[in-house]
Parts: sequence; structure tokens; C-alpha cells
Amino acid sequence: MTAVSKPQAQSPSPWARLRSSARNHRSITILAGWLIIAVGLPLIVLIPPLSTFQPQSLWIDGFSNAGVFILLAMGLNVVVGLAGLLDLGYAAFFAIGSYVYAFGASPFTATQIPFWPMLLVGALIAATLGLLLGAPTLRLRGDYLAIVTLGFGEIVPAVFLNASSFTKGTNGIGGIYKPTLFGFNFTLENPVPYYITMVAILAVTMVLLYRLQGSRLGRAWMAIREDELAAASSGINTITTKLLAFALGASTAGLAGVFATSKLTFVGPGQFGFQVSFTVLAMVVLGGMGNIWGVATGAFVIYTIQAVLLKELNQFFQAIHAPILQNIDFVQYQYLLYGIALVAMMLLRPEGLFPSSRRREELHVDSEDISDIPPPTEALGQ
Amino acid sequence: MTGAPTTTAIAPGASASPAPDDILLRLEDVHTYYGQIHALQGVSLEVRRGEIVTLIGANGAGKTTTLKTISGLLHPRQGKISFEGKDISRTPAHQLVRAGIGHSPEGRRIFSRLTILENLKMGAFTRPQDEIQGDLDHVFELFPRLKERISQRGGSLSGGEQQMLAIGRAMMARPRVLLLDEPSLGLSPILVQQIFAIIQEINSSGTTILLVEQNALQALIVANRGYVLQTGHVALSGASADLRENEMVRKAYLGE
Repeated sequence: MTAVSKPQAQSPSPWARLRSSARNHRSITILAGWLIIAVGLPLIVLIPPLSTFQPQSLWIDGFSNAGVFILLAMGLNVVVGLAGLLDLGYAAFFAIGSYVYAFGASPFTATQIPFWPMLLVGALIAATLGLLLGAPTLRLRGDYLAIVTLGFGEIVPAVFLNASSFTKGTNGIGGIYKPTLFGFNFTLENPVPYYITMVAILAVTMVLLYRLQGSRLGRAWMAIREDELAAASSGINTITTKLLAFALGASTAGLAGVFATSKLTFVGPGQFGFQVSFTVLAMVVLGGMGNIWGVATGAFVIYTIQAVLLKELNQFFQAIHAPILQNIDFVQYQYLLYGIALVAMMLLRPEGLFPSSRRREELHVDSEDISDIPPPTEALGQ
Repeated sequence: MTGAPTTTAIAPGASASPAPDDILLRLEDVHTYYGQIHALQGVSLEVRRGEIVTLIGANGAGKTTTLKTISGLLHPRQGKISFEGKDISRTPAHQLVRAGIGHSPEGRRIFSRLTILENLKMGAFTRPQDEIQGDLDHVFELFPRLKERISQRGGSLSGGEQQMLAIGRAMMARPRVLLLDEPSLGLSPILVQQIFAIIQEINSSGTTILLVEQNALQALIVANRGYVLQTGHVALSGASADLRENEMVRKAYLGE
């Protein structure tokens, strides 16, 4: 075992210099990264074969939808990846954000609060409900917390379904107002304004999340994920710290809900089933828990596969009349495919596609090291 | 469960009541439960400023529970704990770290995926990060081994090094009383000697120490006073030298 290897300082290559300045100005790097992505993606889809799948405007529209899932995955990453709390009912907060916007800006409630403040309102209300759910349940750990959150994820859509005088029940609330900006109206025909809005939200959220991860609070999350009792013995208020992770994850989902609803202009209780929570969790796990860029990439890849490539796979096999394969509807089997992908990942690359450096070490330690790693956190001794 | 079990103070010196401001930590008839299990059945003890006090006793006697109850990881259902004259029976653990109670818990519980430096900085979580360099230097003085391996992951350290890290981490919060739970557990005889020497060194620089040990002989050598716990209550207490001579202690804990 040697000390950490420092990069050679004698003659830094331009690439190394770029890397080190990117580390020092992380926020600017993230914003620049998103700018490149925002400009690059619409251009990439003009290249075959991507251009043959669907027209550019549909691609751009799809990217905004993918952005919703990236946002959800980044939020869930705070809860699961950073603080180590398994949340199986994350879609509940997505639902809350969605309905908050529907209540604030639809003919059904005869109110029209503008979209931009509603983004904040949706995030705040979701965060508040996250605190309310978290306060009694975060004393539970591991499997028990997972079960309670699973229940919460089922209860919230059920409430929206059954409180029909407020939510129109199973019919859902339609005709929700689209955003406007300085007199400019967002329309369904032009996907670009939604796309730009989404990229801006993602860029700002990511900068904030990176700052939090490096902050005192981020260190407290890390300590709790590693060993809750030792964290408490180090002077970390474990209850508050876990609550903050929960509330922050919830507020991100609320933000995603407001955006998604303003774009879909409809909200119904069927949109927030367990498969949404599961899909987002799969995105976090496949992308690489704890690594914000990794999780975002995982979400983007999975969403694109699910929304575009599976359909294309169907058409491709039908076009070449592949035996057996041409009769399979891959879109229908997407959850089977997720399941297979998750099992394969756990066996072959349990740290995810783009792991944080810490996770990588945790799962691929040299064999001499592993014998000394103590067992995972036990109950706090209550 | 009622009635304090009889506690035998065997040393005349130990029962002489010291000046009240001299007492740093005092437990009065503390009862702690795990659910229905009555783990501490009326523990009373006191730790004076500058002392090393040891708690010895068999497995399951309540030594670890006593430390956890003091550091706020558990709370007593009955009885009172006071630290520097203030009642802390209900104070949560993270506030007690700020108040000056450091706890190096049972089983070391270092953050195995963080480096040594990150572990130590986590120990100083309650303090401004720009003021801890002196404390880091102090810990590295006590444990030069840790400095050699500063960027190595905690989980890759040997048992002895992990124990040093656990003690060092607790020191980083600048505790006025340091609770050490089985620091010699699983260490080689040479390392045990080293750890006990370091405990004395920490004490001589002004930190009061409450030491839980299976290694009763070593503990009674370094400690000023000791308490013998038996099934959740104090069976015997007194100056270490007297406890070492006590027949029951010799039979039960020193293996004679």
C-alpha cells in the first residue's frame, strides 16, 4: 500500500491542466458541461441512424421528458446514494409536485399561478411532506424504512385517486396551463422552450447538489451512510441530517412533478405507480449510486432505451423478419429487461456504470483489505 | 427492580467525598433498558476531573451499556446523569460531543471507506475545520503510525491501527472526558502495552478517562479508581490498588 499517487507536476499536459482547473471551478464546469450538452444533443440526433428513428423535434421533446427522470434520479441519489436510506416510494413526491401544479394552474381549480413561482412552491410542499413522512419513520433502518416508504408510495396516489372532489379521481385534472415567460407562450408544437427550461433546471440543480455534497452536510451524510452510531458519536445529529436528505430528495421530485405536469398539461393518479419509483431507483443503481453525473447519465440512457430504442428494436426485427424476435414486443417487456439488466449489473458491475470512487473501492477492494472491513452498520442499539 | 444493590467501598480513601466541583461526571441510580431487558439496574458512579477510572466486569455486566448511556446513545429510564453539574440524562449524543464527552465506541466503528485523515476530520465535525490542525498534529504525535498512513482507507488498517484511529477520532472533538470501550480488544500483547501507555499519556495532558476493559489487570494498573459491574449494578468500587488486592476481584477477573 502506498500513499495516494499525486499527479506529476513537472510538465502538465494541457489536458491535465484542464482537468485540474475543472476541479477547482466545479460549478462553472458543470454549467459549461450542460451548455455543451444542450447544444450538442439536438445536433447529434441529426446523424443517422438516430435521424431515421424520429424527427428532431420529437427527439428534443423526448429529451425534456428524459430530463424529468434525470431530475428524479439526482434527487433520489441524495437519499439513497449519499445518505444511504432506501426509499421505495419516491414517486409519491413526484405525484405531490405534479398535483400542486395542477391545483395552482388549471381551469379545474380556477386559479392560474404562473409556472415559475410554482416550481418553488411545488418543491417546498414536497419537501414539507418529505419532512412529515420522515420525522416518524427515519428512526427505522434498512428494510423497515424501505417497507414504510413503499407504503407511502402506494398511499399518496390512492389518496389522489379517492379524494375525487378535489382531484377528479381517476379522470385526473386536464387542461393545465402551460408556462409563459415575458408574454411568450410555451406550446406543444414547439419543444425547444421546454427543453431549454429543463436543461437550465438540471444545470442549477446539479451545481447545488455538488455544493451540498462537498459541504458539512454532505460529510454528515457520508458518515451516516458509513456508520450511523459512529456518526452520532462524532457529534452529528443523525435525525436532522437524515431528515434533510429526505426533504431535499423530495423537493427535487416536487420540482420534476411541476415541470412534467406543465408539459403534459394533465395529471392523473395512474402516473405515479410503483413502477415509477422502481424505474428511478434502477436509474440510480445502474448509473452508479453516489455519483451525480453517473446517476444523470444512467437516467438518460435508461429513459432513451425505454422511450425510443425498444420501439426501434421492434421495428428492426420486424423489418428483417427475424424468427421469434419479430414476434416479441420489447416495449411490453421493459420491466423484464430492467430486471435482467439489474441482476446482470449486480453480478458483473455492482458499483454501477459510473460509480463514485468510494463505491468502486467498496466493491472491488484488494483481497488483502477486505478481511479487515467490519460488518455493515448494526442497529443503533435501541 | 427497586432498591440499590449493596455497594462495597473497600478503600477508605474512595469514600471520602471530594469537593463537589471536582466531580466531572456522576451517575446516580441509573436504570437503562433495551426494550424489556433491564440492562443497568441502578448504577451509581462518579468520575473526578483528571482521573482514569475503569469499569471492569464480565460479559453482559453492563459496561458498554453504561458508556452508551453516558454518551447519549441510550437514555436512562430512571436515575440521573450529570456532567459538570448539569443534568444530561436526556441530552442527545451529538450535543454531548459538543459539551465535552468523547466516546470511542465498542468495536472501534471507524469509517472503513474513508481515509485516516477523513476519519479524523469527521471526529472534529463539531468544530470549525480551520482550527483543527493543532489537534491533528497532536493525534499524529500520539500515533505516528496514523500519520504514515494518512491517506489509507480505514478498513485496510490492522486491528491495532484501527483502535488508534478510533481513539484519535474521539480526541479530535477535544473531549474533557473520554469514554473508551475495550481499547485492548483483539490486540497483540505488545500493542496492548502501547495502547495503555497512550491512554496514560492522553490522561496526563489533561483529559479525564473512563475506561471499560476486559483486561482487568492492565486496567487496574493504569487507573486511579475502579468499579466492578455485575449484572447491571456496581458490586464493588475503590482505588485500583485495593481492587487488585481484593480476593473476589482476584478470583473472578484476574484469574487467580
